[in-house]
Amino acid sequence: MFSGYSLPELGAIITMQGFAGLILFSVFVLMALGLAIIFGQMGVINMAHGEFMILGAYVTYLVSNAFAAYMPALFGAYFFVAMVLAFCASGLLGMIVEWAMIRHLYKRPLDTLLATWGLSLILQQTFRSLFGAREVGVTIPQWMMGSLPVTDLIEIPINGIFVMVLALGISAAVYVMMYRSAWGRQVRAVTQNRVMAGAVGIDTERTDRMTFGIGCGVAGVAGAAFTMIGSTGPTSGQAYIVDTFLVVVFGGAASLLGTIASAFSISQAQSILEFFLSGSMAKVITLLVVVGILMLRPQGLFAMKLRK
Amino acid sequence: MTKTSFLTRSEAVGLAILALIIFVAFPVMLDDFRLNLFGKYLSYAFVAIGLVLCWGAGGILSLGQGVFFGLGGYCMAMFLKLEASTPEATAIQSTPGIPDFMDWNQISALPIWWQPFNSFAFTLIAIFVVPAAFAFVIGYAMFRRRVSGVYFAIITQAIAAIATILIVGQQGYTGGVNGITDLRTLMGWDIRPDGAKTVLYFVNAILLFGCLVVAMAIRKSKFGRVLVAMRDAEDRVRFSGYDVASFKIFIFCVGAMMAAVGGAMFTLQVGFMSPTIVGIVPSIEMVIFCAVGGRHSLMGAVYGALLVNWAKTTFSESFPELWLFGLGALFIAVVMAFPNGLAGLFDDYIKPRLRGWRQTPATAPQPAE
Repeated sequence: MFSGYSLPELGAIITMQGFAGLILFSVFVLMALGLAIIFGQMGVINMAHGEFMILGAYVTYLVSNAFAAYMPALFGAYFFVAMVLAFCASGLLGMIVEWAMIRHLYKRPLDTLLATWGLSLILQQTFRSLFGAREVGVTIPQWMMGSLPVTDLIEIPINGIFVMVLALGISAAVYVMMYRSAWGRQVRAVTQNRVMAGAVGIDTERTDRMTFGIGCGVAGVAGAAFTMIGSTGPTSGQAYIVDTFLVVVFGGAASLLGTIASAFSISQAQSILEFFLSGSMAKVITLLVVVGILMLRPQGLFAMKLRK
Repeated sequence: MTKTSFLTRSEAVGLAILALIIFVAFPVMLDDFRLNLFGKYLSYAFVAIGLVLCWGAGGILSLGQGVFFGLGGYCMAMFLKLEASTPEATAIQSTPGIPDFMDWNQISALPIWWQPFNSFAFTLIAIFVVPAAFAFVIGYAMFRRRVSGVYFAIITQAIAAIATILIVGQQGYTGGVNGITDLRTLMGWDIRPDGAKTVLYFVNAILLFGCLVVAMAIRKSKFGRVLVAMRDAEDRVRFSGYDVASFKIFIFCVGAMMAAVGGAMFTLQVGFMSPTIVGIVPSIEMVIFCAVGGRHSLMGAVYGALLVNWAKTTFSESFPELWLFGLGALFIAVVMAFPNGLAGLFDDYIKPRLRGWRQTPATAPQPAE
C-alpha cells in the first residue's frame, strides 16, 4: 500500500490528510455547537438546524455581494460583518420559531422532531425560491486565499486555518457563555429542574427563548464559516443533519467537552479511512462504528452521572 | 375485563367501507395508470400500519422504516433481476447471465449472497426474515439498554443514512443510485402489462387487509394492551414484572416485516427499487403518512398514506414549488393542530353527528376523501 511513496512524501501525505481531518473537525464542531446547546441543554430535537446554518451562509453571500457592489474598498472585512449579521438573522428566526412552535411542544420531544422537519422543508423551499436551486459560492477575501508553504511538500490552505481558528474561538465563546455567565447558569438551572428554577425567580420562558435563539445563532455563524470552504445550496443543510446529531449524541448530549471530543474522533477516523478506502465506505464505516458504540454505550462518551 | 368480540360494530363498518373503497371504488373509477399509482400508495400503507403499532401504540418512533421497506423491496428486486438476466437476454455482456449493472462494474461472477435469490421460495422467506432479523439486532441492542424516544429516532435515522450511502457506494452489487431496474417477469409471468398491474393491485390490497387484521388482532390482544401501558408508563409496567424490552423488540420486528411486505409489493408494482426510497427523507415521510391518518388509528394509516401520496402526486405535478411548502406545513399542522390526525378529526366532528343518522350508516361520510 505504501510502496511507491518515499518517506518524506509519506510524511507529507499523513500531515496533509491529518490537516484535512482537522478542517473536517472544525466543521463538525461548528455544526455541533449550536445543536449541543439546543439538544444537549434543552433536549429539543431541531431537525431544521441545518437550515439555520444555511440561512447564515446565504446572509454571508448577500453581504459579500453588497460589499462588492457598494464598498469594494472594505471587501476584505466583509466576513466579520457577515458573521454578526448571520448570528442575528438565524438567532432572530430561532426565537420566532421557539415562540410560535417549540414552546408548545416541550413535553412532546418526538413531535418537536416532526414539526421542525416540516419547518426545514419550508425553509429549504424558501431558499430555493429566493436564491435558486443552484449552489452559490462567495468570493473569498484576498487575504484568505492561497496557502502557507510549511515545507516543500506540505502546504496548508489559509481558509482552512481560518475556519479552525473560528471554530476554536466560537467553542471558547460558547464555553464562557454556558459555564461562566449568569445566562449560562440560568440555562443549566432550567434544564436540570425547570420548576425549581422558576421558583427561585428565573424567567424560564425567556431563558428557553434565549437559549434556542443563541443555539440557532451559533448555527448561523457556522453557516457563515462554511462559505469560506464550500458552496451553499438550498439542501446543503439536510446533508449535515445526521452527522451533526451523531456528533452530539456520541459525545454525550449535555457535555460540551464530549461534543468536541466526539467531533475530533469522528472527523479524524473519517479522514484517515478516506485515504485507504473510497469516500463512501469511509463514511459508512465511521458511522457504523459510531452507531455500534452508541448501541453499547447509549449515554455517549462523556455522560453526566444521572440516576435513572 | 369483559369478553369482547374481535371487531366492534363501528370497526366492522369502518373495515367494510375501506374494503369498498379499495376493492370496488378505486378499480371502477380509476384508469389503469391511476390504479397502479394508487397501488403504489397502498404499498406505503403497510409501513404506516407498522408505524401505528410501533409509534402510536408502543411509543417507539423509528425514522428508519425506509430501510425495512427497502430491504423487502430489494429482496424482491434481486429475484426479479436474476430472472430477467438470463444468459440469452444478456448475451451482449462480457459475462452473460449476471445482472447488467454488475457487468458494467466489471464484476464477472454472481456474488455469493445473490445466489439464493434465484429461488422464489427463498426470496419470499427472505422478505420476512431479513428485515425482521435486522430489526431484531437493532432492537435488541437498543431496547435492552433502555434506549428510547428521541435517541432511538436519531439512531434509526442514522441507520437510514448509512444504508443509502452503502447502497449508492457499492454500485457493483446493488445497482447504485439507479437501483435495480428493468424488472420484467415473476416466475415467467410478465408484470409490465396493464392486466398484470391490475392483478398485482388486488394482491397488494388483499395483503394489506391481511396486515390490517393482524395489526388489529395485536392491538386487541393482551400484548397490545401491555404495549399501550408501556408507552404511557414504562416504569410501572417494568415494575409489574413485564420484560419491557422484549415487547418493544417484538413490535419493532412486526413493524419492520410489514414495511418489508410493502416494499416487495412496491417493487412488483412499480418495477424498480432504488436507494431514493430507503434514505432519510422517504423514511420520515413514511412517518407523516401515519401521523396524518392518526397515529393511533390503524385504518387511519391507510387513509393517511393514500391522501398524502395522492396530494404529493397531484401538487408536485401542477405546483412543484408549492408542494414542499405544503408538506412542511402538513408536518407542523399535524403535530400542533390535530395530533390525532384524520382519525381524530373523524372522532371529534363526524362521529357525534353520525349518531343522529344511525339508520343510514351506508351514507356515512368517510374519514378521508
